[in-house]
Order: sequence, then structure tokens, then C-alpha cells
Amino acid sequence: MDLSTSYLGLRLFNPFMPGASPMADHMDWVKRLEDAGAAAIVLRSLFEEQITREREGMIHHMEITADSFAEAVSYFPRPDDFAFGPDQYLNQVRKLKEAVNLPVIASLNGTTPEGWLEYARQIQEAGADALELNVYFLATNPAESGVVIEKRILEVTRLVKQNVTIPVAVKLSPFLSSLSHFAQQLDLIGADGLVLFNRFYQPDIDVEALEVTPVLHLSDSMELGLRLRWLAILSGHVRASLAVSGGVHTSADVIKSVMAGAHVVQLVSALIAQGPRHIRTLVQELTEWMEKHEYASLEQMQASMSLQRCPDPAAFERANYMKVLQSLKV
Amino acid sequence: MTRPRITIDGNEAVASVAHRVNEVVAIYPITPSSNMGEWADEWSAKGRKNIWGTIPTVTEMQSEAGAAGAVHGALQAGALTTTFTASQGLLLMIPNMFKIAGELTSFAMHVSARAVATHALSIFGDHSDVMACRQTGFAMLASGSVQEAHDFACIAHAATLQARVPFLHFFDGFRTSHEVAKIEQLTDDDLRRMMDEQLIAAHRQRALNPEHPVLRGTAQNPDAFFQAREACNGFYAAAPAIVQETMNKFAALVGRQYHLFDYVGHPQAERVIVVMGSGADVTHELVDWMVARGERVGLLKVRLYRPFSVAHLIAALPATTKRIAVLDRTKEPGAVGEPLYLDVVTALREAEIEGISSFQQMPTVIGGRYGLSSKEYTPAMARAVYDELAGAKPKSHFTVGILDDVTHLSLPVDPEFDIEPDDVVRAVFFGLGADGTVGANKNSIKIIAEETDNYGNGYFVYDSKKSGAVTVSHLRFGPRPLRSSYLVRKANFVACHQYVFLDRYDVLEYAQPGAVFLLNSPFGPDQAFAELPCEVQQQIIEKKLKFYVIDAYQVAKETGMGTRINTIMQTCFFAISGVLPRDEAIAQIKKAIKKTYGKRGEAVVQQNFAAVDGTLANLHEVKVPATAGVPAAVAAVAGNPHAATPGDAATARTRPPIVSPEAPDFVQRVTALMLANKGDLLPVSAFPVDGTWPTGTAQWEKRNIALEIPVWDSSICIQCNKCALVCPHAAIRAKVYDPKALAGAPATFKSMDFKGTEFKGMKYTIQVAPEDCTGCTLCAMVCPAKDKSNPKHKSLDMQPQRPLREAEAANYRFFLDLADPDRAKVRPDVKGVQFFQPLFEYSGACAACGETPYVKLVTQLFGDRLLIANATGCSSIYGGNLPTAPYTVNRDGRGPAWSNSLFEDNAEFGFGMRLAIDKQAEQAREMLVAMAGVIGEQLVDGLLKADQSSEAGIAAQRERVAALKAKLVALHTPEAAWLHKLADYLVRKSVWVVGGDGWAYDIGYGGLDHVIAMGRDVNILVLDTEVYSNTGGQQSKATPIGASAKFAMAGKAIPKKDLGLIAMAYGSVYVAHVAFGAKDAQTVKALLEADSYHGPSLVIAYSHCIAHGYDLAYGLDQQKLAVDTGYWPLYRFDPRRLDAGENPLMLDSAAPKAEVAKYMANETRFRVVQQQDPDRYRLLLGLEQREVTARFSLYEQLTKLSVPNPKSGTERPADK
Repeated sequence: MDLSTSYLGLRLFNPFMPGASPMADHMDWVKRLEDAGAAAIVLRSLFEEQITREREGMIHHMEITADSFAEAVSYFPRPDDFAFGPDQYLNQVRKLKEAVNLPVIASLNGTTPEGWLEYARQIQEAGADALELNVYFLATNPAESGVVIEKRILEVTRLVKQNVTIPVAVKLSPFLSSLSHFAQQLDLIGADGLVLFNRFYQPDIDVEALEVTPVLHLSDSMELGLRLRWLAILSGHVRASLAVSGGVHTSADVIKSVMAGAHVVQLVSALIAQGPRHIRTLVQELTEWMEKHEYASLEQMQASMSLQRCPDPAAFERANYMKVLQSLKV
Repeated sequence: MTRPRITIDGNEAVASVAHRVNEVVAIYPITPSSNMGEWADEWSAKGRKNIWGTIPTVTEMQSEAGAAGAVHGALQAGALTTTFTASQGLLLMIPNMFKIAGELTSFAMHVSARAVATHALSIFGDHSDVMACRQTGFAMLASGSVQEAHDFACIAHAATLQARVPFLHFFDGFRTSHEVAKIEQLTDDDLRRMMDEQLIAAHRQRALNPEHPVLRGTAQNPDAFFQAREACNGFYAAAPAIVQETMNKFAALVGRQYHLFDYVGHPQAERVIVVMGSGADVTHELVDWMVARGERVGLLKVRLYRPFSVAHLIAALPATTKRIAVLDRTKEPGAVGEPLYLDVVTALREAEIEGISSFQQMPTVIGGRYGLSSKEYTPAMARAVYDELAGAKPKSHFTVGILDDVTHLSLPVDPEFDIEPDDVVRAVFFGLGADGTVGANKNSIKIIAEETDNYGNGYFVYDSKKSGAVTVSHLRFGPRPLRSSYLVRKANFVACHQYVFLDRYDVLEYAQPGAVFLLNSPFGPDQAFAELPCEVQQQIIEKKLKFYVIDAYQVAKETGMGTRINTIMQTCFFAISGVLPRDEAIAQIKKAIKKTYGKRGEAVVQQNFAAVDGTLANLHEVKVPATAGVPAAVAAVAGNPHAATPGDAATARTRPPIVSPEAPDFVQRVTALMLANKGDLLPVSAFPVDGTWPTGTAQWEKRNIALEIPVWDSSICIQCNKCALVCPHAAIRAKVYDPKALAGAPATFKSMDFKGTEFKGMKYTIQVAPEDCTGCTLCAMVCPAKDKSNPKHKSLDMQPQRPLREAEAANYRFFLDLADPDRAKVRPDVKGVQFFQPLFEYSGACAACGETPYVKLVTQLFGDRLLIANATGCSSIYGGNLPTAPYTVNRDGRGPAWSNSLFEDNAEFGFGMRLAIDKQAEQAREMLVAMAGVIGEQLVDGLLKADQSSEAGIAAQRERVAALKAKLVALHTPEAAWLHKLADYLVRKSVWVVGGDGWAYDIGYGGLDHVIAMGRDVNILVLDTEVYSNTGGQQSKATPIGASAKFAMAGKAIPKKDLGLIAMAYGSVYVAHVAFGAKDAQTVKALLEADSYHGPSLVIAYSHCIAHGYDLAYGLDQQKLAVDTGYWPLYRFDPRRLDAGENPLMLDSAAPKAEVAKYMANETRFRVVQQQDPDRYRLLLGLEQREVTARFSLYEQLTKLSVPNPKSGTERPADK
């Protein structure tokens, strides 16, 4: 069965890739993912805060106590080289490139056009085949309009594109007022791919300690619906290739995603819960399903159920909302 | 050949040579020499090779005695070996030094000379340590500047190879070791040429080697020892010439010519000063000045002090010399004179006898002491010595630099005498430790000295506190090499980086007329002058200063620099001092920033660049009015329509008094001057003769260093008293009191009903000491009482101090006057003990210190019957570093009696205290029995059988003792008088031996082990920071796997020593492992049990520390994490439980709930390793996790061991 697909201009032998997560931190995991049939590897995100704060923190904690007291002009040895998070990250990119034969996609997480952008270039130099730009951002400032936020994301994307020649995907949040319009804007400035969607840490409340505790729940197939809708809406409207991230667990999820327009599926929760071998199972199940339903290739199926091509486009739009509501029996 | 010009301090200059010409370096940290070992270690860790292409092995030992032993062994086995030390450390090396010399071993060691502790410890420089080594047989070579220290390090290593006499190369601690100066660096090639390879081969050939074995270290008897001891004479006779030859060889190679005795001055001088060390350069500066004015004076710099060459001394002195003053930087009480003086006198006499003297007349020699403990030695003082020599009858023995109004030995010095040339730029900077002032100044010196033809030097004065410490930087720049090894007195640039200092110090005392004054001021150019204390205004006007202000904290905030104002103030200095053209200077600062932070990312660089640019836009010159203290005039001149009205003239602010007028006389006369940085002015008569000082003086030093202080909201307080428990400075306290006492309370004084039964109907207050709080936030962090509607708000919130200061200070005074509850009625649990008065308060420990809460708790529990033996280290510094003392007394005048003996002997010191107390108590009991008839059986019986296991019991015993004393006074017999003196020992005393892990695990371990094995009732509190905190973060045997520390830069790979387990092995020692931030109740319980156990107790206390590298506001969270991950298990091992047939070990913490990685990830000491070498870190992390798991499992298994039947053989006979 021809499961091959194109993503960010990369030719992949199947649509499965582990999404941005700590899975790629460990070589043994990476090897197992490759063995299980992953078509590409996405590294966890290198956070903007990690780049700037770690440096500042290190400098702060080592310098704040220096030259204060006659007996001790310092409290720490002075290594020449600090491999800060970013340096380790770059090393990991290099190691992965050496260790596997798959495309390696690095991930940068930042929202402001600051000095960390140099890392986009360095990531390319380290050998990454593509870059996923994660524009994770929670708009909490009432003084900041949606327009300003969108402009900033576009600006960051533009700057990153300027800094590198490898393809750049943008991982979006679903909380944008006009996603279609925004996706087209990204398309215009040259984003090579869109990843739908980011998942946020959810706040929980410790009622005993009166504290907020951020938690990250593993996704489940329930979350796929939102993504299917937007894949279907964007598919055909943007030049950029599309990836689905969040909610793909079963082979049925994969088939739906591809039909809605996904070029690739990113898996995190499913692999964490079931291990790397789950990819093999999905590949097998997908192949069996396609054989059973007489599909010749994945591309034949791709975007078949997008808004442009599906038999009932209204189902993806508002009417769908109303229908679902009306179908509720109280 | 061109050699690099570098700007470094004396320690680095010496280490730079020593590391390149040695193979083995064994060291131990001691101020001010630690940095030499640290440099050597750092270079080896980074793979820097010596001149023969191999990386020297650098090893930290458990003490200087250990280092000396290792050095001796390494030498015997043929390695080129060195070490670095000072002061007490040097004394510990003396036994091995005798041997190394006796065996004629080629060896050079480097000593940053420091005072030896006598009536007090001092970390500062003088020659008392090296002078204690005169008898060891070491050659002694003295250098007097950073360049000389660099050069002489080379000469010492080269000369010893030929002479076979070992060398002690020394230079003045701090004055040279910590002075930053521009020097010419010797190249590897220079060193290779100086180090003769054939002589090195001969050194190796002499080594112990089984290929050609010899015997050394024999025992010799009366028949042989004496002659054999004399057999080395030839080598000592030859040594001076060898040193001179080496100096000549050095001169031929490098161009700097030194002699055993270097004479400078008038060729026909009549008055000559003989001196060694940095004082020589200072005198040199004056001699040049005086000779230029036609005075026939000279200076003899002693380079090679041992072996002392009479011939070379005589040859160096002009024949015209009539009077000589020999200056010694040491004191030998009871001697005819100090060592150098005696040597010179003897030499002249011998020369006369031998007929090698060529003097026109035999010179008169006088001897004087100067510069003890880095006391300033200036050209004015040298001038005073020359003046004395010119007098009719010079004092045979004198001191200079102090006012001796008791024995009248001191020479009068003209304080105004100043010879610094105008073309030398002199700058003084007042900064706060944490604001980066010193670092910025070191950087400025580098910029100016290395990027221009100017010479530059810098010296940095720190105060005695660790938190909120004041630093004063003294910088000089000039066209010629600088000899001014003394503080700047007349600066043409004065900067005050902290506004509050204007109220505490006479900052402008340093400004010469016309100088530039830079102030970091929250007030802008229009308002700044009016806001100054009128004394400062007056100085600005009288000295015609150019006055600039910048709001550096605002600029720092705006440019994302946080509270680091270093870059900003440095930029100001360059912008207005004129030392470099402004644009060039700014370019150089940016270049330096790029160099420092480039590796750490562009963002940090850009942030600093932004700070530089932001600075220039916010730096303003202030228009100075013609008169001071008249705000109306200020308004007129400054053109500020909002300035004060004329009516305000009367309110013009004056500088507040240093201490309250209510302070005791001694504090007013002595302490206050020291606090004002004017201690140098105190005469001899002001001081105690034996090092005995009053306690309870920290309360008079109101430092006001907190920007924010806790504010109490009684409406949500749950009265847990945890805030008071965790406060490292006893600056927040809890009290219960009679409601009637609230009469007359200040309007803002807060109180609430006491919740609970034990003090029903009483009032309760949590009160902050606003002027003593350091703003560390631990109290607010620990506070569990959250507002249910707005949990962000707790019962303690931090709020700006300034607006609260006055009212809260009044509240605090009122609070202190409220009666404390009866100790006997307080339940001795976490909450209750906070109603006990802390007898350790407002110390100079770091903000959020993790040690002091334990010390404070000990004083609360046992303070009124407490003796503390304190090992040298952080706890002896915040406990006993003058000017003030944090240990204090209660209303009855009782409180901890505290002393620091040494670093290495603290357990023994405390043990001795115990012996004395026990003996005197025993004697008192014996006499009670003997005198029962006259005293009364009932009282005697009560005294002898008193149960003193509770506060009530102790109170009752105190009453009995009082009754006893009353009876004894009435008896009028010698026995009664004798017993009267001993009676207080009938009240149980608690002896605590306090120290850090450096002491307990390393240098003092042997003694500690012996003391816990002796069965006596001493309580040992180990404040375990897992590193040598006081000397700057060197590894100890308490340092855990995975932590980076000095001497373990790559991360320690060997587990922390399990001191508790070792002590438990005795079975007779009470042992507790505690962490107050994790389980305070267990800490309190452990301290009470330790005291109650009538045998040795060891409490190992987790102490978070700035050397761990994180925001210590989270210290308590980190303690919890330490316990939750099993990194720091909590337990108590009580031998008394054995008697009850129970297992003595009780685990007080649960099995680890999280991985130790979680704990380690929060601290820089671990992260440094991770960031240097992630793979190594992973390995170490694995090891540490295994270690933690195994240790917990071991303890768990130990708790399950069955114990023998209590009925058989458990009676322990009393100590005899």
C-alpha cells in the first residue's frame, strides 16, 4: 500500500510522526519510534523563556552573591562553557541526525521577535530538516487586541523564515477569531505548513492549599473533532501542508484526519500511553482498512472530506452546530 | 620579546606561575589564599597544561595539615609540588615544613600572609603567620606588589631546585593578594628558561623510588641527631647567593632586576627604613618624593628574609646611614623586638665584629610595628617614621598607624599629608554587595589598563556583614606603574551607588575639592540636592563638587536588568569621569559586555547594551546652589517650582545618629564609630585588653536594608508562629500577653485574642522589626494563612519598608517591652517555643540564611543556660564578627556565652567547656553534701535531686540556687565564698558545639569523632550547607554527588559522607537529621531531645545556602523537596530507646515520593554540571538517585532491627 505523503516539501513514506514532546530526548525511544515505522521525528519545543530566562537565571544566581564579602569573592566555579538548554537542544538535533535516517523537525516556541531567533538559524545549522514554530500564546492582556497578537505571530513567522532556508511549519492555537483568514496570511508570508492545534496546560485548583496547579492531561479522540473541522475548512485554501496534532489515537482517527485534509498526523498521547509500537499497529490497521476499502494510496484519500469536496459542507459550518443542538434530547 | 600585559590580582598572578611549573598541588581553602588553589583547580579542570605539557593534579585535602602531609609525600615521591595557604593553615603545616626543610627538599609554597588569631580572629593581612615559620628552615621570600608576587613565584620555584632549601614565598594578604593591577605576564618560555631541567632531574633522582631505595624519616638518638642536624649548614650558607643568581638570571631574561635587599633613595642617605611586603612600595613612593625634595633618606626592601644574609644587608645600605627604623608587620609580645628588627640589629652588630661594616658611624636602629591585620600603611605614616628618625631621641620601639594612648608607643601622623600626583586618577565607589559594584570596577580597571597605556589598580574593602554588605572600591589610573598600596584618600571621582549610604557613611570625606560626585538617586536633578542630608549638601558646596545623579534602579528596571545596576553605574563613571574619551569608553564597555556575556546569548548582551544606552539618557548634572540647607534657594537655583517652600528650611534633614542615644556607653563610644567606618580613629584605650566584648549589641545597629517588610493581617492569622520560627534574623516575633498591657500601645499596634486554651483570655501579636528585617520573605513564604476570598493575600504580605518604618519601629519597641509569658507555662512545641525570646538576633548572616534559624532556636530553647563553642566559618562570622554581636541577653541578663576557638578543634573546645562545667558542678555538689548541716538538709536535698528536665524544673532550681546563695553570703566562711562562686553550676548548663560541614565532616572530624566517643553531655549542631560556604563554595565531604563546587567543578562523583550513620554506629550517641523547612516539629523535638540526653548528641541540620544558587525565598520549598525526594531523610536515633527495648532509630520522613532529579533541577550547583556536561550529569544523577534510594532503604531496614532485651546488661556506669 502506498502510504507516502508530502509534508513541508519533505517526502515521507507514511503520515505518522511523533509530535513535539520529550520522546525525542531519549535515543532509545527515538530508535524504537524509528523501528516502529515513524516517518519523521519532531523534537520537543525549545521555549523562548528557556533561552532567555535560563541564561539570566544562571547569571543572576552566580553573580548576585559575588564580590560581596571579603572571604568569598565567588561561590561557584567558573566553567568556560555552559551548555544552556539551547546548546543541549542543538546537540540533540545533531545526535538525532546522526542516529536516524528520518527527517528531523525541530520546534521553537516563542512569541516575541527577540534574540532567541538566532536559534532558528542554529537549529538549521545543526541539521534539522524543518522547523516547527510553536506560537503558543495565551492572550490575557485586555489592552492587547487580537489584531496586535496576530500581527506579532505573523512578524515572528516572517523573521524566522528570513533566518532559515529549511521549511517552517506554524503550530497554531484554535483561539483565533478568524482562523481561515489568518492561515491565508501565514500562507502569504511563506509558512510551509500548519499544525492544528496546540494543546495547553490546563490550570487545576488545589482546594486545600488554595493554589493553582497546572496539569497536562493526555489527549483522547474526543479532541479530534475540532481539528477535523479546521482541517476540512483550511484544506485547499492554503498552499501550506497540514498536520493534525492532538486527539489522534486510533486508525479511525488517522483516516478521518487524512480525509479532512491532513498530510501528516502527529502522535504524542497515544504513543506515551501505548508505547512506540503503537505506530506499527496504526500503520497495519490503516493499510488493512485501505485495502479493504480498495484505496490505492493515501493521497487518493487525502482531503476527500474537506469542506470543498465533502458532500455536505454545511455540516462543518454553523448549521452543524444547530443540528447537533436540536438533536439533543432533554 | 613582548609579554602580555594583563590585569589580575595577586593571587591569580602567583597561581599563574605555580600552576605552570608544578605537577601536584595539594590545597585547603583559607582566606585570603583560597583563590590561588581555586585558580589552579579551575585551570586543571579546564585542561590547562603546565610548561612540560601535562595537566597538574590539584587535590583538596581535609585540612592544611592534610595538605602539608600530601605535599610532603608528593615531594618525597619526586613530583614538583606546591601548595597555597595562610594564617592558621600555615600554622597547621609547620610540622611538615620542619620535615620538608630537614630533608632538604626542593619545594616552594605561596602564602598570602594573614594575621594569626590571638585576642580575635582576623582574615586580613600581616606577617604573624609567616613569622611563626622562621624556625622551620624554609627560605622566606617576600614580594610587595602584584608584579613582584608573580615574579617571585617564579624565582622561588627556580631557586629551590638549586638550593634544595624549600621556599616560603609570601605577600601581603588582601593588600597584594586581592589587589587588581596591570602586570607583565611571564610567558611559558620564560618559565621554561628559569626552571633548570637538570635540577628537576636531580630532584626526581633524590625521590623515594623502589628502583633505588633509600630510607628517610629515621628516628635518631642523642648520639646522632645533633650532628646530623648541623649537616645541612652548607646549603643554608649557599642559598642567598643562589637566590641572587636566580634573580640575576631572571633580570637577564625579563628585565626586572631584584636583589636580596633592594635599596632605593638618596645615595648618601642618613635615615633608612627597612621593611618588607607591600609596605615597601608605599615607602618607596614617599622616598622618591622626599629625595626629590633634597632629603637624605633611603629605603631597604627586604626580599630574602631567610636565610638572612648579613653580608648582603650591609652591602646594600649606604655607608652614610646613621639611623635605621625597621618596620615589622607582626607583634611578638614580650620579645625584645619584632623579628626583622632583631635580625637587623644582630646583623649590624655581627658585621661590626666581622669587620665587614663600612658605616661612617654605627647606625642607631629602632623598631616599629605597623599594618597589623591590614591596618592602613600610608606615605604619611612612613613620613612619621622618618620624622621620628630625625628626632633628638627616636623611640626605640614604636607603632605607627594607630593611636596608642595607653603605652604611648605610637608616632603622630599628619592625616592631611598626601603626595599622590595630580596625573593619577583616583576614584572611590560605595556599593552594595549584591549590586555588582565591585565586579563592574574590576571590569573598568581591565578596560582602562588593558586597552590604554595607563596603569591601573584596584582594591576593594568589604564590611563584616554578609547581607546588605557595603563595598568600597578604590581605583587608581595613571601613566606610571602605581606603588600606592593604600586606600584612596583624596579622590577626584566619588560614586555612591546606594542612596541610603549617605545617611550612614561620610561618603564625601573621600572627595577632593573639585571632584565629581555621582549618586544613584531616586530623586531627579531638580530635587536631588534638596533631599540630601545637610552635611552632604555642605560638603558639595564647600568642595565645589560637580554633582551628577541617575536613578539607576529605574533604568535597570526599564531595561530588564532587575536590581543589577553594575553596568549602569559603570557607564556613568566612564561618561563623566573623563578617564577615557566618552565614546571610546562606551565602545569599550560594550566590548567587555560582549566578551562577558557573548557565550550566554545575544539577548543578555542586548539587554546590557540597552542598559548602557538607557544610562546616558538618564544621567543628569545637578545644579548646585550656593548655600546648603535652604530649600527655597534650591528651588530658585534649580528652577523647580515644586520645591519646598521657605518654611521648610528649618526641617532640612541632618544625617541620623549611627546608634540610638539610648544605647549603652560602650556602644556609643566604640561600636558606633566602627559602624560609621571610623574604627581606625579609636585609640588603644577604647578596646578591651583581652578580646572580651559585650553581647547584645546588634540591636543598636539599625541597618534598614529591607526594601519590603512583612505586614501582619491579624484577621486571618492562625497563630502558627511559623513566621517567627523561620526568620533567620529574629526580625519577626510572636508574643502572648495580658490584655491590660495594651494600654498606651501605639495607634498602629496590632493585636488579637489568643486562640487556644493555654493562654485563654490573653492577647497575641506578630510584630516585625522593620529596621532589622532583611526582606528575605521567608516568613511570608511560610505563612499558611490565606485570605479565603483572595488567596493571594496572606496573613503576612510584603510591603515597602520606607513608609512603614517609623510606625513599625515604634510598634516594635512597644512589643519588646511587653512581658514574655512564663517559660514554665509554655508548651515546648513549634508554636510554643516561639514565645521564648530569641537570644540571637539581627545577625549579619545572608538574607534568608538557612543556618541561623537553627541557631536562633537553640538560643530560644536553652539560651539562658547556654555555652556555645563555635567553629570558624559562617556561623562564627555572623556570630562574632565585629562591630556588633547578635548574641544577647534576656531580662535577667542571662544569655548565651559564646566563643570561637579555631576551625579544626571546635568539638574539643566545647568538650573542654563541658569538662569544666561538670567539674565545677561536681565540686558544688560535693560541698553541698559537706555543708548540708549549715545550709539546711532540705535545700541541699532539693538542689541535689532537682529534676531539671523541664522549664519548670529549671526555674525551681534557679530559685533554690538563689536561696543557697543568700544563705552562703550570710555564712562569711571561706567554704561558703568558694561554693557561692560555684553555685550557678547547679543549674544545668547546655553546651552546644556549633559549626558547618567543613568543620564537622573535614577539618574537625577527628576531634568530633573523639568527642562523641567520650560519652560526655555535649550537643553538636552541624549546620550542613554541603559546601564550604564561608570561604566561597569549596567542596567538603558533605558535598553530594552531582554538585559542582570549587575543587569539584565537573560535579562530585563520590557520595556525601553519612556522618549520622557513623555516629549511630557508636550506639551511645543521640543523632538527629533535621530540616526545619520540611518538618519544623521534628527539628524542635530533636533539639529538645539532644539537650535532654545526658550524653553526646549530634544534630545534622539541612541549611539552604546562597552557595546552592537559587532564590532563597524558596528555601523552605526546597527543604521540603529534599525530604520528599529522600535526598535528606529525617530521623532521630535515641540511645535511650534501647533501654526501653525499642529500636533507637525513628524515621521521621516517609519513603521518597519523587525523584531526586526534581530537587536537583532547582539549584545552580547541580545545574552547572548539567550545563557543562549533560552526559556526565545524567550519570551522576543516576548515581545520586541510587545513593538516595539505598540510603533510605538502609535506614528503613535499621528501624526494623530487633533490639536486645532491656533487662540484660544495659546499665551504663557513670563516667569516671
